[in-house]
Amino acid sequence: MTEATAVAKTPANDLGLEQDLADAVLGTWAEDTETAAVIAPDRILEVLTRLRDVHGYDFLSNLTCVDYEGYGGKLRAGIDARLEVVYNLYSTRRGGGSIALHVRVPEDDTVPSATSVYPGANLQEREVYDLFGVKFDGHPNLRRILLWDGFHGHPMRKDWHEAYYEEDAKPFRSRHPKGEYEFHEDKVPWAKNTTYPAGWDPDSWQEAVAYVPVSQAPQHEDKPHLDTESIVVNLGPHHPSTHGVFRMLTRVEGETILALEPEMGYLHRNHEKIGERNTWLMNMPFTDRLDYLNSMSNNWAYALAVEKLADIEVPERAEYLRVIMAEFSRIVNHAWSIGFILNDLGALQTPALYAIEEREMILDLFEAVSGARMMCNYMRFGGVVRDLPEGWHEQAAYLANERLPRALDELDRLLTENEILMARGRGVGYLSVEDLIALSVSGPMIRAGGLPYDIRKAEPYGIYDRFDFDIPTLPNSDIYDRYYIRLLEARESVRILQQALRDIPEGEILGGRGGYTLRAPEGEVYGRLEAPKGELGFYLASDGKTQPWRYHVRSPSYINLNALGPMSVGYKVADAIVILGAIDIVLGEVDR
Amino acid sequence: MFGTGLLKGLGVTLKHALETFEDDRESVPDRYKGSLDLGNNRKVIQQPIDQEGLLTIQYPEEKRLLPERFRYIPMLIWDSEKQEDRCTACGICAKVCPPQCIWIVRDSDENGKPVTRCSEFYIDAAVCMSCSFCVEFCPFDAIKMNHDYELAVYDRYPQLVYDMEELTVPLEYYAALWPTQYEEEQARRKEEEEQKRKQEEEKAARAAAKQAAAAQKAEAGAGAPKRSAAELQALAKERAAQRQAQTQTADGGGDDDAAAAKRARMEELKRRAQERARQRKSGNGSS
Repeated sequence: MTEATAVAKTPANDLGLEQDLADAVLGTWAEDTETAAVIAPDRILEVLTRLRDVHGYDFLSNLTCVDYEGYGGKLRAGIDARLEVVYNLYSTRRGGGSIALHVRVPEDDTVPSATSVYPGANLQEREVYDLFGVKFDGHPNLRRILLWDGFHGHPMRKDWHEAYYEEDAKPFRSRHPKGEYEFHEDKVPWAKNTTYPAGWDPDSWQEAVAYVPVSQAPQHEDKPHLDTESIVVNLGPHHPSTHGVFRMLTRVEGETILALEPEMGYLHRNHEKIGERNTWLMNMPFTDRLDYLNSMSNNWAYALAVEKLADIEVPERAEYLRVIMAEFSRIVNHAWSIGFILNDLGALQTPALYAIEEREMILDLFEAVSGARMMCNYMRFGGVVRDLPEGWHEQAAYLANERLPRALDELDRLLTENEILMARGRGVGYLSVEDLIALSVSGPMIRAGGLPYDIRKAEPYGIYDRFDFDIPTLPNSDIYDRYYIRLLEARESVRILQQALRDIPEGEILGGRGGYTLRAPEGEVYGRLEAPKGELGFYLASDGKTQPWRYHVRSPSYINLNALGPMSVGYKVADAIVILGAIDIVLGEVDR
Repeated sequence: MFGTGLLKGLGVTLKHALETFEDDRESVPDRYKGSLDLGNNRKVIQQPIDQEGLLTIQYPEEKRLLPERFRYIPMLIWDSEKQEDRCTACGICAKVCPPQCIWIVRDSDENGKPVTRCSEFYIDAAVCMSCSFCVEFCPFDAIKMNHDYELAVYDRYPQLVYDMEELTVPLEYYAALWPTQYEEEQARRKEEEEQKRKQEEEKAARAAAKQAAAAQKAEAGAGAPKRSAAELQALAKERAAQRQAQTQTADGGGDDDAAAAKRARMEELKRRAQERARQRKSGNGSS
């Protein structure tokens, strides 16, 4: 156990806080789980500020909420407050584990917003407000984010039921053996759950655009006779440059962006609510659909969290297989991302097709081992589900040792010194790395700003401590560096692959209880890994049943969008497209 | 010098263009070397991993060679040796199914007592997420993943809700799609059966010994003679024959047309399976 979590384990003042804040700590969430300190709601900002400034916890990784209405476990006996807001803090400077803070809130009460301490709380607090109805005092822009304004209720609350609601938990009784089976078509989804909030009139509703902040004055102060006016323009949602259904609400003057707000939720399916109905294992194929370019990493992140919670061992060979799959997947992702950054720059299709050529080979390998190219569903709690088929290892070794290095070299030759790419990318979309960290941005984005923070090194999971690889960094934090860092990272992945494929031992691939009857012990856990797009974390809370009590995905694509607005201000509309492309989002993960 | 980066990049694209041109100039491009020609312009394509470039597969004339583990929609196995469905209606597949797309109704005999057989089995293919959990957790090897991905229909309902008839395939079909796994599975099943048989034999031997002892006792006490071991075996055989007759009537439903249709369907599936096996064989042979 790392230093930080060990500190958090002991109650009250042993968070490491100075004496004057000791009374802000009310106790621990639970005595025998990986623990969190419970903080008095009115002192949370003081505690966060102190932790950030004095103790070095500069990265607010995860902010979410749990609804404990009807919770049957022992751990919360005698606690009335229904909702609990959870903060997971990390230090990007010294690495290591997290410190977790909880704030208990009665229904309809407010919590001070953490945005003044960690600007990165912005999108996450809006999500908590949207899905749980917790109001954050002092949040600059507390609106619904994934759902529209006419949505009635807060869907992640335990008493909210979806349109096709059958039961709280799967398996549904209607399926077997004698029950009356019903097809979805026979149900009328709009018979219930289609009420509007009180005082809401759908006919007279118009989306407000006035909220787009003008964060920069029009740029013609020296020419006051020019009668210019800024206007609001929607980029998206239906536009190929947005990489899915995503909207950028911008205030522009001429072509210069004065302010930009990301608007999302078009692909929202309440993944987390589905996750609470599912058994632990059933969630595994659903994680494939989050960042659908990297199902292997998603599988691993979820398996990692559950294994941490239920204390499951993973056999040696399975660890190697996981590393191999995850690194192949990182190459796939970075190749894709490079291709589409170029696409967004206007180099239509050629660089993209060149970049994703080897992706086909890797997907073929995924298909041969797992049965599907993209929805791999390959990992289980305690290992992986299938061993390598005949001939797989040779093909993978050929790719890792010969074809991929060659292909990356070719991509390098094709693009890196290209003058147009440099002209469009150098200095565009700049944001200092301190700002990026404050905005909770993770992954290649901060490494392109010069900070060598990679969870594979900072808090090694799996067997990453055994491999010899570097964390490439680049100094400029602009689009060009965000392109080039991905190429460098893909090269490091190739290095890891070569070592893993050389060293992989024979043996078991699935140990522990990988089965569908898993009952995770009561408690909470936050497990995370370095996904290709950044820090992918799963926050899970269990009441000891066969379903998770809370299943939350901390998705890098979503939280990296915190930086989209600040990065785009002052640049042209055409640059905003590339700035978005260089964040590398997948809407399946943004909207969940 | 300004422009060298551009020229370098253009060099890369030019190289690709020349290579592709060279490839296409040959009458049978060698990029098809891992593929199988089915005649009539139809091909099954397998691109070798060391083949440069990437070839476009001209679907639907050309199709990709699917790996054995490819998973799409589940299928139910009809055990052609034993002439029965392997499914015992235990319902585990319906329980583990993440999107809950499987519905099972257990069959019952004439007295209304549930039996280990399903009377209805539905999979909503529009809901199925091809995760293959049903296959992983089926204790009877009764449900497997089909490779048939050409399922497009005009209406989602009811065409995409597959019933038992549409889902059932003969064992040979499965063996052709999943040869490696099938071999392993058959070996394991044989072993299990062998063990079971041994256990039963031992049990029978014990029972016979007991009987003999009892008979001796009875002889001494002049009780009624019990059935001999041979008689018991004959009885068991009779029962098995009865059971088989029953399942056959259950399948055919007594309706000759339906039975004939089912037979024809099974034959068609077998034929397709053989073709698939042939493709795979030649595909593997040449790579």
